Amino acid sequence: MLIELINVSHVYQDENNVKALKNINLEINKGEFIGIVGHTGSGKSTLVQLFNGLIIPSSGTVKINGKNITNEKSNLKETRRHVGLVFQYPEHQLFEETVYQDIAFGPKNLGLNKDEIQARVNEVMELVGLDYDEFKARSPFNLSGGQQRKVAIAGVLALKPDVLVLDEPSAGLDPQGRKQLAELLQYLYQELEMTIILISHRMEEIAELSSRVIVMHQGEIVIDDNPVEVFSKEQKLHKLSLDLPQITEILHRLDERGLKVNTSLFSVSEASAEIIKALRSK
Amino acid sequence: MLKDITIGQYIARDSIIHALDARIKIMITTILIIALFTIDTFMGFGLFTAFVLGVILLSKISIKKVLKGLKPILILVLFTLFIHIFLTNGGEVLWSWKFISIESEGVYIGFFMVSRIFILILFTSLLTLTTSPLQLTDGIEYILSPLKRFGVPASELSMMMTIALRFIPTLLEEADKIMKAQQARGADFESGNLIQRAKSLIPLLVPLFISAFRRADDLALAMESRCYRGGEGRTRLHELEYKYYDFVALGMIIILAAAVSFY
Amino acid sequence: MSLIEISGVDFLYQNENSNRPALQNINLQIEAGDFAVIIGSNGSGKSTLAKLLNVLLTPSTGEIFVDGLNTNNPDNTWKIRQKVGMVFQNPDNQLVASMVEDDVAFGPENLGIPSQEIRQRVDKSLEMVGMSGFQKFAPHKLSGGQKQRVAIAGVIAMEPDCIVLDEPTAMLDPQGRKEVMETVEYLNKEKGITVVHITHFMEEAVDADKVIVMNQGEILHKGTPKTIFRLVKQLKEINLDIPVAVEVAEYLRQENINIPDILSIDELVEALC
Ligand SMILES: Nc1ncnc2c1ncn2[C@@H]1O[C@H](COP(=O)(O)OP(=O)(O)OP(=O)(O)O)[C@@H](O)[C@H]1O
Ligand SMILES: Nc1ncnc2c1ncn2[C@@H]1O[C@H](COP(=O)(O)OP(=O)(O)OP(=O)(O)O)[C@@H](O)[C@H]1O
Ligand SMILES: [Mg+2]
Ligand SMILES: [Mg+2]
Repeated sequence: MLIELINVSHVYQDENNVKALKNINLEINKGEFIGIVGHTGSGKSTLVQLFNGLIIPSSGTVKINGKNITNEKSNLKETRRHVGLVFQYPEHQLFEETVYQDIAFGPKNLGLNKDEIQARVNEVMELVGLDYDEFKARSPFNLSGGQQRKVAIAGVLALKPDVLVLDEPSAGLDPQGRKQLAELLQYLYQELEMTIILISHRMEEIAELSSRVIVMHQGEIVIDDNPVEVFSKEQKLHKLSLDLPQITEILHRLDERGLKVNTSLFSVSEASAEIIKALRSK
Repeated sequence: MLKDITIGQYIARDSIIHALDARIKIMITTILIIALFTIDTFMGFGLFTAFVLGVILLSKISIKKVLKGLKPILILVLFTLFIHIFLTNGGEVLWSWKFISIESEGVYIGFFMVSRIFILILFTSLLTLTTSPLQLTDGIEYILSPLKRFGVPASELSMMMTIALRFIPTLLEEADKIMKAQQARGADFESGNLIQRAKSLIPLLVPLFISAFRRADDLALAMESRCYRGGEGRTRLHELEYKYYDFVALGMIIILAAAVSFY
Repeated sequence: MSLIEISGVDFLYQNENSNRPALQNINLQIEAGDFAVIIGSNGSGKSTLAKLLNVLLTPSTGEIFVDGLNTNNPDNTWKIRQKVGMVFQNPDNQLVASMVEDDVAFGPENLGIPSQEIRQRVDKSLEMVGMSGFQKFAPHKLSGGQKQRVAIAGVIAMEPDCIVLDEPTAMLDPQGRKEVMETVEYLNKEKGITVVHITHFMEEAVDADKVIVMNQGEILHKGTPKTIFRLVKQLKEINLDIPVAVEVAEYLRQENINIPDILSIDELVEALC
């Protein structure tokens, strides 16, 4: 078991004392691609910060690789290198003078030597699709939004985490940027066999990429299943004010109106082919 | 952690202290601060402390909340105390070891300085806790406005203050976020000696400043597009207006201040 | 005469990294009461165009008239800014005051409106955007969608003829986006306020009166949503999304299934069943 939460609750200690997580039990295995969805304020960001000890829960146990991280504060640094976390708008957190230095920040903190650092920076820049020689010496602040996002993600990948957690990584990207990001995640998951945890408001993204979907509502996990199952529960999702992927919505609507189609398809091309087939056989 | 800072925070309550005119409150605070530096007896400090507690009660803000605001200045206070205790000479020698000695004068002065700092911070934080930032800046603008004749840009200064106050919580939130993002990449803000810790803050400041500048740019555009062109010809949603109890309060404070200063 | 008339406008940023004009030969009319949507990939000049409408920038060549007032004439600047309000992308960077009502009052205060009338305008504007009761809230305690609606109220309180919104939904979650779009549609349909809306979300363009497609500083296409979204291939070439329903319809047409011009999911389902 990679990540295990047992009876975890969390309350933010301030004037409102919001109960952000309520009695969560969750197991995440190596090699899963988990999509987390939920209404705003449902506790998604709080949940994923438990995975690397940035938030220590008010009660309950968090185990990473079998090790309890909730009471022994000492080894959080070790945990954080296993679980890499990319926050929302990560490009707002760039700070070094060059792209190279920014990506090297993590490896440096791990205490690697110069050659190792350079090898890693080189490797992750290639992964995210930034040409090493072209970009290494450039200031991260003079890049386009999409390129900055890549630098920020490379900075986390440079820790060589086993688990990569991304909190709304595609927010604000244009269609091309979103496509490149999806391809990167797919590559990390399939070729490098990383465990990926993705928070997103775009159901299309979640449906197409993940192998397992977790739906949060008011601090609780209300659905935890594979995407086909989750997105067949149209009524329930609507009650949680969540949408279906638009293409799936179309299939559902056609199905209701008597055009017999397979409703668990998430890509436009597949769904269109399905509709064509159904129309032809009518 | 950063969220504990309450400087500049305003807590809306329905109390007589909140209802006082901002200008009066600024004047009262000024008078009290001046008076504070004229007193040097235990009696005087006792009276002041009692007065502050009374005001807190009247303001309906919990004492705990107000005291929490003192936390960030604790280091400053302790520092002052040490300096005075160890470096001021005079009076009886209470304790000595090699070249260090503690003398009674130092203890007295240290105590007074610390009390002054505490009461000073309490007064000013009470002012901001009970006065909405806008009223506060309007009050300051009004009080400074006679200086406009000498070229002091009172309206612009007060607008700058309004904006600074507006963005303190946003920047603190942002700092929190950046800190977490860097911790996630192995940065360590918690261990090491003071110098190491101070050094680990540098990567935090860069993105914070950059975002502050970006915000400033955006905000300037947004303000201009909403027809902001300096203080000239601006009206106010809340015009400041004196009421009878404003003068009652002011009168009482002058008497109190005179009393503690002269005895 | 149209509410906004843009004729022969070029714009070049006067600084080092601008070898190419940000806008070239822009000609465009926007009628009073229109709901116009501008789409285009990053760097295509949308924000620059928006800033020209509000005199935050003035054309390098050409002219823009707002309600008959030329933006090149400095005497008109403040009148035009009152007539054309702007809402920007980042909800955190456009609220000035620490309290909602003070922020909404900011514009009218700058216009020198008497304080009783400001009070009325503030309350009315907040009601129009569905934020009554939030008068005393601090902006940082609001959700993104709520902040944007406060920003819109701040513009409405100046009683403009037209609002220009520069990607107001880009940083919001779906819920916040819905809230903002419903507000903008209400203001347009019920209150008759002209809207110029810039967005990357194609769903937000399907109900527009007019869609304007920009690319590399030029207006590439303009027309009704139906005529624009028929150009599936051209839009994809310049890196834009297409509403899903339109994409499906396009697939069907390629297979020689006859489908009328549709934009929304509703229309697609209707056409197929
Ligand atoms: N630092 C904090 N201090 C106090 N309360 C917080 C803090 N962060 C989150 N909360 C509260 O905890 C709850 C859960 O927040 P969280 O950020 O985990 O939600 P989310 O699902 O990530 O939402 P979103 O989709 O808006 O990002 C919310 O009610 C929020 O207001
Ligand atoms: N202040 C500026 N100085 C110099 N060049 C600028 C400035 N602002 C924008 N530009 C340039 O002008 C062009 C148009 O930019 P603009 O911001 O109008 O694009 P946009 O369509 O709004 O893009 P986005 O979708 O990214 O917001 C771009 O090439 C951009 O780099
Ligand atoms: Mg979140
Ligand atoms: Mg723009």
